[in-house]
Amino acid sequence: MTYLLDNLTVKQGSDIHLDGVTLSLPNAGVVTVIGRTLAGKTTLLKVLAGLIAPQSGSLTKDGADLLAIPAWRRRVGMVYQQFVNYPHLSVRDNIVFPLKRSGLKPAAVAEKLSYVTELLGLAPLLDRRPEELSGGQQQRVALARSLVKDTDFLLLDEPLVNLDYKLREQLRDEFRRIFHASENRLVVYSTTEPLEAMIMQGLVLVLHEGEVVQVGDYRDVYRRPANTTAATIFNDPPMNLFGGRIEAGQVKIGDETVLRMPGHFANLSDGKYIFGIRASEAVMGGIITGRVALAEINGSTTVLHLDMPFGNLVLEREGVALHAIGDGVSVTLPPARLFAFDADTRNLVAAPVSD
Amino acid sequence: MERLYPLLKAAAILLWSAFVVAPFLWALTTSFKTANGVTAGPTYIPFVDYEPSLAAWQGLFGSGGGSIDIASPFVSSTVVTLSASLVSLVLGTLAAYGLSRFSYKAGPVGNNDLTFFFVSQRIMPPVVLAIPFFLMLGWLGLLDTIAGLVIVYVALLLPISVWVMVDFFNSIPRELDETAMIDGCTPFETFWRVILPNSVPGLVVAGIFCIIFGWNDFFFAFTLTFTQTQLLPVAIVSLNSSVTPWWSLSASALISVAPLIVIAFLVERYLDKGSIGGRK
Repeated sequence: MTYLLDNLTVKQGSDIHLDGVTLSLPNAGVVTVIGRTLAGKTTLLKVLAGLIAPQSGSLTKDGADLLAIPAWRRRVGMVYQQFVNYPHLSVRDNIVFPLKRSGLKPAAVAEKLSYVTELLGLAPLLDRRPEELSGGQQQRVALARSLVKDTDFLLLDEPLVNLDYKLREQLRDEFRRIFHASENRLVVYSTTEPLEAMIMQGLVLVLHEGEVVQVGDYRDVYRRPANTTAATIFNDPPMNLFGGRIEAGQVKIGDETVLRMPGHFANLSDGKYIFGIRASEAVMGGIITGRVALAEINGSTTVLHLDMPFGNLVLEREGVALHAIGDGVSVTLPPARLFAFDADTRNLVAAPVSD
Repeated sequence: MERLYPLLKAAAILLWSAFVVAPFLWALTTSFKTANGVTAGPTYIPFVDYEPSLAAWQGLFGSGGGSIDIASPFVSSTVVTLSASLVSLVLGTLAAYGLSRFSYKAGPVGNNDLTFFFVSQRIMPPVVLAIPFFLMLGWLGLLDTIAGLVIVYVALLLPISVWVMVDFFNSIPRELDETAMIDGCTPFETFWRVILPNSVPGLVVAGIFCIIFGWNDFFFAFTLTFTQTQLLPVAIVSLNSSVTPWWSLSASALISVAPLIVIAFLVERYLDKGSIGGRK
């Protein structure tokens, strides 16, 4: 743990972009910053890059003040969600631009150029202009430019969001391979998609309204989201949340639905709770009945929005299943897969036993 | 109607072209006429309608009787326009980049106020500035000099270049600047190595505006010079005596408009790209 962020706050007028962010980050590995649009992800990355000066707080690396170092001397790379390249330069000149600025010898420049060119498959494109490339190729050039130099950290701000689905899948795997190959470089990757965070592995940092909600290993955050916010952000579709009670050894969701008390709720006392269940863990068939409000087919799965007695339930099932709006359905909420959150603080109090 | 549309379009273009070209044709034929040829009524075809003569053109270059020399005002106008345009383009581009990318705050005054301050210089009628300029140049001993005119024209052209360039820089995504800084450029290097090379269309537009406004100015060229220095628009008007010499006026008007036509052709490809509105 070498990067220390202490109480970093960024305000613009009355808008608070980062609200007292305090955390420590390792000097190598991948950190995925996940949060909704406007959660402060870009601001956090720009503060790390030196492009935004925080109003208060500190950023240090092994005790050395990083905020005193301007962006052009901070040894960072950054890739934006818009494909930013230098329009007036060829792909080759784009990639070597940072090397030339750092005054590297031509032989070393050529060597590094051929390394990243091969890594990202850019060789056939070197003499083209960025405007002649597809979006995916442009983003590869931007990544090449940030990988080619010796940097302490690499920042990627939703780099795949503007690409089509196929390309996203392909680049995602490429990115992970490259990130995990660089050993002494911290990669900070921001995204809105839990799936990307899972694929990138490493640490996950859940950001919401400028505040850090949770930091931890991606598996831990997935298994034990710290509160309802983390549970919503780190699940896609967002985790279903329902108000309910534990009463007389039973779980009551809404007013009518009564479930068996699962083993992992044994320590919970009677009272009000918020119960959560993943869309993928609610299953079709059972005794709780409702109606289809909306059905979306997402490639290999079908996402159903159901009107249930206790509220709206989102259910994701494998395969393509045809449901008409208004169809009656019955579902089961497996008690073993229920999360429980405190009704007031909304913090996690019980999570399913991991498998 | 579908088939009629291209025809109507062509007709409209022809009509408009006629409006635009007619004055030039008129000036061109008139410039080859003598006094008698002009007063004899409207004639257009040389050798058939009238006998062409080079007298007007010769007169402008000092070889005919009772003539004036238009070469010297032409050179003065060129020097003043180009120098003032260049200075205001350099200063204006730097100012515009600052206004576009950095925040300035002096009490209640911010970037938008500063930008408006520049542009507002062109809102007031030039007459308001005539006396202050006259007095200031007088104190500096620069009345009736090329240098004095250059200073005044810089003041007049700077708002134009600031205005055009602020707009242009605002259309360049800030991420480009940020990327340059992350790639090791200081703020000035960012401007010089990344932003400026991508600003050619904006610079061309700003430059053209400066040259057109500078070249065509009559008012300050007239009020701030007397005998030593004369700019083209003033020289042309001074041809006008008790009898209007239409032939000489026509020839000199053509000389005056020629450089702008040449420039228009040279930069057409930049304007053609639709780059005036900036780039994304």
